[in-house]
Amino acid sequence: MKFDKPAGQNPIDQLKVVGKPTDRIEGPLKTTGTAKYAYEYNEEVTNPAYGYILGAAIARGTITRIDQAAAKAAPGVLAIVTAANAGPLQAGKFYVSRFLAGPQVDHYHQAVAIVVAETFEQARSAAALLKVEYKKQAGNYDLEASKEGAQPPNPGPYTPPGESRTGDFDGAFKTAEVKIDRSYSTPDQAHAMMEPHATIAKWEGDKLTCWCTIQQINWGVRDLAFILGIPKENVRLISAYIGGGFGGKGTVLSDLVAASLAARAAGRPVKLTLQRPLMFNNTIHRPKTIQRIRIGANPDGTITAIGHESWSGNLPGGMTESATASTRILYAGANRLTRLRLAVLHLAEGSAMRAPGEASGMMALEIAMDEMAEKLQMDPVEFRIKNDTQEDPEKPGRKFSTRKLVECLREGAKKSGWERRNAKPGAIKEGDWLIGMGVAAAMRGAPITKSAARVRLDSNGRITVETDMTDIGTGTYTIIAQTAAEMMGVGIDQVQVKLGDSSFPESSGSGGQWGAASSTSGVYAACIKLREAVAGKLGFDVEKARFSDGRIILGDKSAALIEAAKGGELVAEDTMTYGELSKEYAQDTFGAHFVEVGVNAFTYEIRVRRMLAVCHAGRILNPKAARSQIIGAMTMGVGAALMEEMVVDKKVGFFVNHDLAGYEVPVHADIPHQEVILLEDLDPTMSPMKAKGIGELGIVGVAAAVANAVYNATGIRIRDYPVTLDKLLRVV
Amino acid sequence: MENENNAGEPESTGASRRAFLKQSSALAAFALTPPAAVHAVERGLDEKVAVAFEQQPLRVEINGVAQQLSVEPRVTLLDLLREQLNLTGTKKGCDHGQCGACTVHVDGQRVNSCLTLALTTEGSKVTTIEGLGSVDKLHPMQEAFIKHDGFQCGYCTPGQIMSAVACINEGHANSPDEVREYMSGNICRCGAYANIVEAIMEVKSKGGRI
Repeated sequence: MKFDKPAGQNPIDQLKVVGKPTDRIEGPLKTTGTAKYAYEYNEEVTNPAYGYILGAAIARGTITRIDQAAAKAAPGVLAIVTAANAGPLQAGKFYVSRFLAGPQVDHYHQAVAIVVAETFEQARSAAALLKVEYKKQAGNYDLEASKEGAQPPNPGPYTPPGESRTGDFDGAFKTAEVKIDRSYSTPDQAHAMMEPHATIAKWEGDKLTCWCTIQQINWGVRDLAFILGIPKENVRLISAYIGGGFGGKGTVLSDLVAASLAARAAGRPVKLTLQRPLMFNNTIHRPKTIQRIRIGANPDGTITAIGHESWSGNLPGGMTESATASTRILYAGANRLTRLRLAVLHLAEGSAMRAPGEASGMMALEIAMDEMAEKLQMDPVEFRIKNDTQEDPEKPGRKFSTRKLVECLREGAKKSGWERRNAKPGAIKEGDWLIGMGVAAAMRGAPITKSAARVRLDSNGRITVETDMTDIGTGTYTIIAQTAAEMMGVGIDQVQVKLGDSSFPESSGSGGQWGAASSTSGVYAACIKLREAVAGKLGFDVEKARFSDGRIILGDKSAALIEAAKGGELVAEDTMTYGELSKEYAQDTFGAHFVEVGVNAFTYEIRVRRMLAVCHAGRILNPKAARSQIIGAMTMGVGAALMEEMVVDKKVGFFVNHDLAGYEVPVHADIPHQEVILLEDLDPTMSPMKAKGIGELGIVGVAAAVANAVYNATGIRIRDYPVTLDKLLRVV
Repeated sequence: MENENNAGEPESTGASRRAFLKQSSALAAFALTPPAAVHAVERGLDEKVAVAFEQQPLRVEINGVAQQLSVEPRVTLLDLLREQLNLTGTKKGCDHGQCGACTVHVDGQRVNSCLTLALTTEGSKVTTIEGLGSVDKLHPMQEAFIKHDGFQCGYCTPGQIMSAVACINEGHANSPDEVREYMSGNICRCGAYANIVEAIMEVKSKGGRI
């Protein structure tokens, strides 16, 4: 099915099942520990060996010798894989990292060897017996020092042009009556999902099956086949449950490659998981940025010039962090400039993490907006509202499909008690605590992409959906069941959903906030086909019939769906594809965050006291799961604001705090009760579902709202994240 | 030329452990060393045979079932559960006691099973998430987690639930803030904290030991 004109009325609009705050259908499995994650297929693979990766102990250079004698002689060891015996390996098509070092080492903790043994303990033990000698080479680990030589990135599917200009930014900024010119920085951040990357690899002849934990099954098949140099048809990947991703499990990473090589070398299925302390330097992360923002305005608050430049670094050929993305489209202003520059750094690869680009960029832009509002002596909510735009500022005439940023800001101001905020910093004190409130806008693109599904109606009248879509905690199982139930006119308990298997039709996968809207639209397309099959079988006009209560109904005539499957199961499959509507309309999601913090007047300890997000993101398919996505993203935003930072050792060239003790993420005690308001919205330009993604919107702007609240509490403006008490005390 | 061993934190080695046994044997300072293992190394048996001698008996009750097991001393309770007993509901998140995903109850106390050597549970009663409830018969805490959407990806969930049950039974669930404090050893990167606290407070409000 091709979607190329705005959606009209369709069966989803009945909202008998879709749009309801349904509990997750896989909840009983997850809460009883019976949902199976990658490393847990013990019945399917009964005699596995265990793999263990040894990571490089230098950041850059060459391996000159690996003494394997002691490791080989260690108890239980079955095989040792290194670049010398692994055979030719390519890099994948999304990440640029090579997954096995040798002779060159590209970054710290790049896999040097994989030891395979009978037990996990033996493999770990033997890995420690490998003696690796290196010849070090100087590397570049310091973004500040590399700024000057940074180059415009090569545009690609996930990288915008290095520069965008509208009007005359330089002239307008020069003559602006009120202006700011500020620098900000965001640190390297880790996804730190709870389930480490893990794979069980099993070869049967030249066919490879991997139980793994990746977000994009189709990318995974493509990449693993390409990396190993085998046909795609020979690769099957299964990721039925994924213990968090946030972009950190986009496609193939070292565990999949290492397990596949190890299983081939050992002639046995191999289980392999990345040990937590290896993940931070071995895999991918959200890269550090340095950003410069210039805003010029008239005294009435009208922005006349807005400029945003961002520098980031990566391994050669890696992506840039597109931190200027939101600035191109969020606020009005006739004269605009954005610029991206990319330096070569020899740290682990920088890549996508929840709202890549927008999250980093808005951490800076939304502080800058706060600073500008203060300079203009305007309320920061009103300053943002004044500069709202209903069309793409770079392409006048190109409308937003829906955009309710102003409504989000107004509703949030009302519900958060914004009128109680004192514009003068440090003015409100409760006991030993300085109280401050902060606001930030949120914005994230609403991409949608082709996605397929297969739907079955069996002789018991049950519906089964199969698609290689994944559920990374987002609620995919449930919203797909809701979609199929609505389309086929059955209860959600009549629907079974099977996900995350590359033998199922190819879906959008989970990433870029495109999963929910794309995958349910694919299910919609398949259900349209199944409705046609049912109607054809039972002699109904599908255009006029409706599906309800397990029946197909037209006027006085009706029949049970089960009748259609009497002669055997009915199966339908289709792919939803898209025309040009995303070019015609700017399709985005919007929100506003309001945060109250307390800062201890003596220690400058920061506590988040209240949080509110108001969001609109098309039709909300399941308000319960959508709200959870938002509060989870708000929590990660608090981490970005107050604690998350991978610290670079610029001499050795690695992230020092590479475990969950050193890399701090929010815990229970850091997070107060959180409020979420989801504004009603329907976007018929997206798909028949009229929905958009929401999982990434929730993090965008949160950190800035916290930083602005800290400023409001203390009068101290921290522009280098995370905002920690030592930075405040330095100013005091 | 550099000669640095890996900074990737594997444990100290089996071979050196065995070498130590040999030294210990020579010094006759092996009162605490299993006689079978010492015997094996003294007689120069093959290393792989020696491994078999290092298996130690373990009697432990797991989810109400008495188990007689044979376990290497370096195996953690977590790996015993997941790799030998196929109780994969207990999760490995960090293997370093930093995340709480592996939380189980040993004699009613919540512990990180990744920091607990299996042999130290000799004679104990271990309860894992599988012993708390089942899909057909959910424990009230499991029901509350579903109702309040106290999870997303589900990977930290068994640990959160085991910790939550202990938190109430310890008497540490008298207010949302107290729950936040006493649940802070269980990380949820999906950020379901606000919902988890609501689930725990609801179960707590019904009263009694759970």
